[in-house]
Amino acid sequence: MIQFNRFVLENGLRVLVHEDHSTPMAVVNVMYDVGSRDEQPDKTGFAHLFEHLMFGGSINIPDYDEPLQKAGGENNAYTTNDLTNYYCQLPAENIETAFWLESDRMLSLAFNEKSLSVQRKVVCEEFKEHYINKPYGDMWHKMRALAYTTHPYQWMTIGKELSHVENANINDVKKFFFKHYLPVNAILVVAGKVNTDNIKVLAEKWFGNIPMGEKYVRNLPIEPKQQKAKVLDIEADVPLDALMKTWHMPGRLDNGYYITDLISEILGGGASSRLYQSLIKEKQLFSSLDCHHFGTVEPGLLAIEGKLVKGVKMKDAEDAVQVEIEKIKSDVIRGIELEKVKNKTESVIAFEDMSVMNRANSLAFYELLGDANLMNTELEKYHAIAVEDIKNYSNQLFDDNNSNTLHYYSKN
Amino acid sequence: MLNRTIVPKIIDAVDFDLQLKPYQYYTLDNGVPVYSVNAGAQDVIMIELVFDAGNWFEDKNIVAATTNFLLKNGTKQKTAFALNEHFEMYGAYLNRNCYSESATVTLHTLSKHLHHLLPVVAEILTESVFPEEEIAIYKQNQKQRLEVNLKKCDFVANRLIDEYVYGFHHPYGRYTSTIDYDALEKEALEKFYRQYYTNGNCKIFVAGKLPTDIEQQLNQVFGHLPFNTTSIESKNIIVSPAEQKKYHIINDPNGVQGAVRLGRLMFNRHHPDFQKVQILNNIFGGYFSSRLMSNIREDKGYTYGIHSYFQNHIHESCWMIATEAGRDVCNATIDETYKEMRRLQDELVYDEELNLVRNYMMGSILGDLDGPFQIIARWKTYILNNLTEAYFHSSLQTIRTITAEELQVLAKKYLNPEEFYELVVI
Repeated sequence: MIQFNRFVLENGLRVLVHEDHSTPMAVVNVMYDVGSRDEQPDKTGFAHLFEHLMFGGSINIPDYDEPLQKAGGENNAYTTNDLTNYYCQLPAENIETAFWLESDRMLSLAFNEKSLSVQRKVVCEEFKEHYINKPYGDMWHKMRALAYTTHPYQWMTIGKELSHVENANINDVKKFFFKHYLPVNAILVVAGKVNTDNIKVLAEKWFGNIPMGEKYVRNLPIEPKQQKAKVLDIEADVPLDALMKTWHMPGRLDNGYYITDLISEILGGGASSRLYQSLIKEKQLFSSLDCHHFGTVEPGLLAIEGKLVKGVKMKDAEDAVQVEIEKIKSDVIRGIELEKVKNKTESVIAFEDMSVMNRANSLAFYELLGDANLMNTELEKYHAIAVEDIKNYSNQLFDDNNSNTLHYYSKN
Repeated sequence: MLNRTIVPKIIDAVDFDLQLKPYQYYTLDNGVPVYSVNAGAQDVIMIELVFDAGNWFEDKNIVAATTNFLLKNGTKQKTAFALNEHFEMYGAYLNRNCYSESATVTLHTLSKHLHHLLPVVAEILTESVFPEEEIAIYKQNQKQRLEVNLKKCDFVANRLIDEYVYGFHHPYGRYTSTIDYDALEKEALEKFYRQYYTNGNCKIFVAGKLPTDIEQQLNQVFGHLPFNTTSIESKNIIVSPAEQKKYHIINDPNGVQGAVRLGRLMFNRHHPDFQKVQILNNIFGGYFSSRLMSNIREDKGYTYGIHSYFQNHIHESCWMIATEAGRDVCNATIDETYKEMRRLQDELVYDEELNLVRNYMMGSILGDLDGPFQIIARWKTYILNNLTEAYFHSSLQTIRTITAEELQVLAKKYLNPEEFYELVVI
């Protein structure tokens, strides 16, 4: 049970405090309710580029990192399709430094041209490093574009193409900042060796007078229900054929999300999972195989992806995957197999919650979903799932018309 | 009205009195040493068995790594599937890793399941059988993985730079090829297993919220095994660095980036300069505001990240600079790196920068001592490197007291561009 106190400043900033006096550190986590789903189709990659710019100096403070490091702190940030999160950890005595830094960059950035031109290049190198200069690096770009016709999950957080990042200008940056980086769109979580009364004073002092701005109301196009299976064949300069299949799955708050999560564990979680045992060990059709999803807020994708053993035909590999899919659709799983994936889920949560930083991050995420206390009720939702639920839901999820398939062939 | 240009007061992290929580030490009936840290609020536990079974001890390439990997792929009583299912049934993780000197078997579990799991860990260390079919699958899949990795410039660069610095016949410089996988034989794995695991030299590290009978549990399961009875021959292997210093390799003609590696041979943690050089390394390329990051990423935008670091080996080390940079700016990246080396040799580090680095390093150690797994990890490094708590305190003292003049002397001694191997892999 993770305890926390919650209050809201007049400008709409939600503040959560999680006290843990066993650590000498404090964590300050600021989550903004903006991700790559909020970008325009012709200006993708912007939310992530913007995350880089948040370190390029704010209105009163020329450099973010140096004062934080001087206070003995470390920080980082990440952007997803759904959100942007900034977090730092520092000795609890110096926590006010983090308030000073985070509040100033919420107030306003410096909008420094040099920072923009450098970070455009840095992000382009990041793009190349992870998605262009790596074998199979573009598979998810292709899959997202195939699976989504309408919803902005159709592009990756890094962006659709380099040119979108290269063309970003300072006006885009300003508009984006004043639309999204507002107290009313943000969640502040403070955790570690802190006390709530003191945090109330600090929050009021540093964040209280930042103008509320106008709340961003998200109004994204809804992805229509997929009516027909989609297939894309690609040839690339890679050593081995690869297969990726995805199925549309429900959003993070839907009951079906939890069932799908357990289905992904049954199929692909660990070396005793079904796909691993059947397709890598027994049939030896794949040299590696994975079943996973991204836990997105809105309806996402459940994926099975793997590399084929050399000489194996794509059709044979795909048919074998389908055999496992049919099995989970037609046969009720053994109770013990369900217990296994529930135990694993319990264990994953316990290990994640060891770090104060993870706890702060989770609280912010559940608050973004609508209620931080959801963090404490997650496990019950998994426990409530029965063997029949797995079978019934598999039939809905693994409907062939709901599937997207990428055949990624080696040119060699 | 709040004046946001005034920096809040801070307490300098250098003034913190950092303490490393001591471990509890005992030995099992067979003499196996146990280092234990009881801490933390969550009911989780980590047990790590460390063996002298790294590739330092193998006679043939990748025998050590393969033995380690296949430990849990079948025992006299259980198939690979049954073993994996047993650990996963309890939501536990049994990981194994092979390093240069040591190899480990690590269990992470909720404390309540421990007694179901420990006997199977012992089974893996005494009754593994390395089935032919498991070896065949392993060979096939590893060869395929290697083929994919060899398309990546960073993977290729990491292998080659180690070879240049240490020589291919040194365990730190050696790497694998498909031929090595093809040559693997069951008998060699079994022999290595018997000598270095079943009858090997074992140390146990335990951390988490420990049950009160943890010592009994460990003794019952591991205390009668034939560990630590035969002494392992200590092998002295000499490095043989390459003659040629500069390399430029085209691995992928269409590559849009190059992997840049600069490296030189360095001493181990027992050298009197080692701790001081860590601070120089931090300033140079060891943290986000380092000279290399500030210049090459934050000013020029040549790369997503550039870092310098010491390789974590016991006998020798290598001081490495690593980055993936745009194809057309690889040479400029190297020039700027050398420029930063010379700047550290020619100019004293400013007080402000040095103070920042001191505080940053202290704060980072403080954060790193948070939690049972982190504490035992630090102790493990000390114990495996034959160091004591004194090392912890002297490293803090060095961070607090090193001077700009000392750093300059060190830069002149160790940051000479001509002493670095230089490699670009496109």
